Amino acid sequence: MIEVNDLTVRFGGVTSLDGMTVSFDAGTCGLIGPNGAGKTTFFNVLSGFVRPASGTVRAFGDNLLSIVHFRRARWGVRRTFQTEQAIEQLSVFQNVALIHEHSGLSRASRRADVLDAISFVGLRCDPQASVATLSAGDRRLVEVARAVVGKPKLVLLDEPAAGLPDSETEHMGEVIRQIPEQTGALTILVDHDMSLVSACCSTTAVLDFGKLIASGPTAQVLRDEHVIRAYLGTAEV
Amino acid sequence: MLDTANVTASTRRGPVLRRPTTGALVRGVVITVLVLFALFALPQLISLYYVDTMTEVAIYAMVALGLGVLVGRVGLISLGQVAILALGAWVAARLLFATSQPFPLVLLEAGVITMALGTLIGLPALRLRGLYLALITLMLAGAFSIVLATTNFPNGGHGFLGYNGSLINIPAIRRPSIALTDPAYYRYSVVVAILMFLLVFAHVRTRPGRAWAAIRQSEPAALAAGINTTLYKLWALALASFVTGIAGGVYAGAAHYLYSIDFPAQDSIILLAVVLMGGAYSMWGAVVAALLLEFLPAWLNNLGVSNDWLTILFGVGVLQVLTTAPAGLADQVPKDLAKLGRLLTGLARRGQSPAGGNAVSEETQ
Ligand SMILES: Nc1ncnc2c1ncn2[C@@H]1O[C@H](COP(=O)(O)OP(=O)(O)OP(=O)(O)O)[C@@H](O)[C@H]1O
Ligand SMILES: [Mg+2]
Repeated sequence: MIEVNDLTVRFGGVTSLDGMTVSFDAGTCGLIGPNGAGKTTFFNVLSGFVRPASGTVRAFGDNLLSIVHFRRARWGVRRTFQTEQAIEQLSVFQNVALIHEHSGLSRASRRADVLDAISFVGLRCDPQASVATLSAGDRRLVEVARAVVGKPKLVLLDEPAAGLPDSETEHMGEVIRQIPEQTGALTILVDHDMSLVSACCSTTAVLDFGKLIASGPTAQVLRDEHVIRAYLGTAEV
Repeated sequence: MLDTANVTASTRRGPVLRRPTTGALVRGVVITVLVLFALFALPQLISLYYVDTMTEVAIYAMVALGLGVLVGRVGLISLGQVAILALGAWVAARLLFATSQPFPLVLLEAGVITMALGTLIGLPALRLRGLYLALITLMLAGAFSIVLATTNFPNGGHGFLGYNGSLINIPAIRRPSIALTDPAYYRYSVVVAILMFLLVFAHVRTRPGRAWAAIRQSEPAALAAGINTTLYKLWALALASFVTGIAGGVYAGAAHYLYSIDFPAQDSIILLAVVLMGGAYSMWGAVVAALLLEFLPAWLNNLGVSNDWLTILFGVGVLQVLTTAPAGLADQVPKDLAKLGRLLTGLARRGQSPAGGNAVSEETQ
């Protein structure tokens, strides 16, 4: 359960998040909105890369914003990036082990945990293979494996299927749907692919120009006229 | 934590993780042979002029190694490494004059003191990257060389600076008693360099090396993975400064007398160029860089060619390497050699059977 209250982020004159108030309960929740709506900015606030001008975020009872950015992985925040960030110089195993290594988890379970995460996302390559040799889809899966390894509490997925062919998007959807039940983590999915969001998320929140314009059951949200207008670009400001 | 069915999958994958590769074995043998050759055969084969040159190569291989950690592993561009080298040499010289401690202990102390000061000087690196960091380090190095020019290197005088301008018989900086002659000191330098390479190797192959790889690729991704990027950047600075400080100590013993003009600030720029040419990501690259920086000028000098050409050569070389072989010569040359090898075996096969000709052209395309 994460409760966001009156979150505002400004970059100079741009207000990227404007008094965002929303809560994500459990399972996989969608977060959608047109380009520049503030979705990635919201993730950056949760990761600690961006300091909000005002607002609070309570995650499972903790004040998330008071934790230093690099300590949040240890707390349980995991994420993928809009531009995929698998580490080229390392192997698939090392990529996933890295986060295990730095989030205070026991060394004894590392190998098994990492291999579990790799097989959970359905990567069929050699774990010792260098990430540089993988296809775009497999690199996305490496990122997701990094997000689920260990004991995540909050998994943030920023357009994990962007640019993937339909078959791989479908596989990604299946993986995402299993994250909450396999890891117990609350998962937030940002994507422009509405069929993926509908398939994965029971509830969805919609951002437009940094403001929350709708939230609730996904099917209902997608029928909402404000949402439809925001996507057509005619929403009143 | 995930699916129990996956645990069996992981045990099945087990052996994959600890696979002894023949590649690693070959590499081990090649390295051993090269080290033995450098230690025992080389000093017998070359003149004293080149022995001194090869001592410099060993010293600058350590300097290049330190810069390689910063540039290649972490992505921090420093243009102040020669100043760090001078700092190490200064500290070592001061300690060698002031105390009668054994040489290796002085080297260690020079390394540690340089590590502390170098890390302090590198603190802007925590906030800056790329061009800004390069500029700041260059300016700090420039400032340091001005300080050095006024304080001078210790020459057996008294006081904190240990410099006495009116000395008539300037004592030489001492060497370890087991390495008084130039060939012996060359061997000593090579051994120290090997220890430094092992130290860096132990870092890049373990936790800090993996953290550096993450930081180099993307700082946000590293932070999101729980990596304390500040700590690991400081760690890299400390390691690079330590290795460079040790190199400075070895330099002091090699040179016997130190002058500030031996450490011009612009040498750091040339150092960066040769490190990029050699390959900043590879440890072999550091050796290649040192050969380019020290052996090549000595060789050209011996042939009567002016060293001024080298600056131009390095400029063109770095452009060439970065456009055609971004990983540097240490990465490209083995690949080219492998290609050549395939070409030669192909030609040999063609010599045996005329029908094999087509296969050759396919293979070498
Ligand atoms: N670091 C930054 N500095 C300045 N402006 C920023 C920064 N990060 C985001 N912005 C601005 O904030 C607004 C929201 O950007 P954000 O990346 O959060 O949008 P998004 O919803 O993720 O869009 P997309 O669907 O295109 O990924 C944009 O106007 C963007 O230009
Ligand atoms: Mg975005």
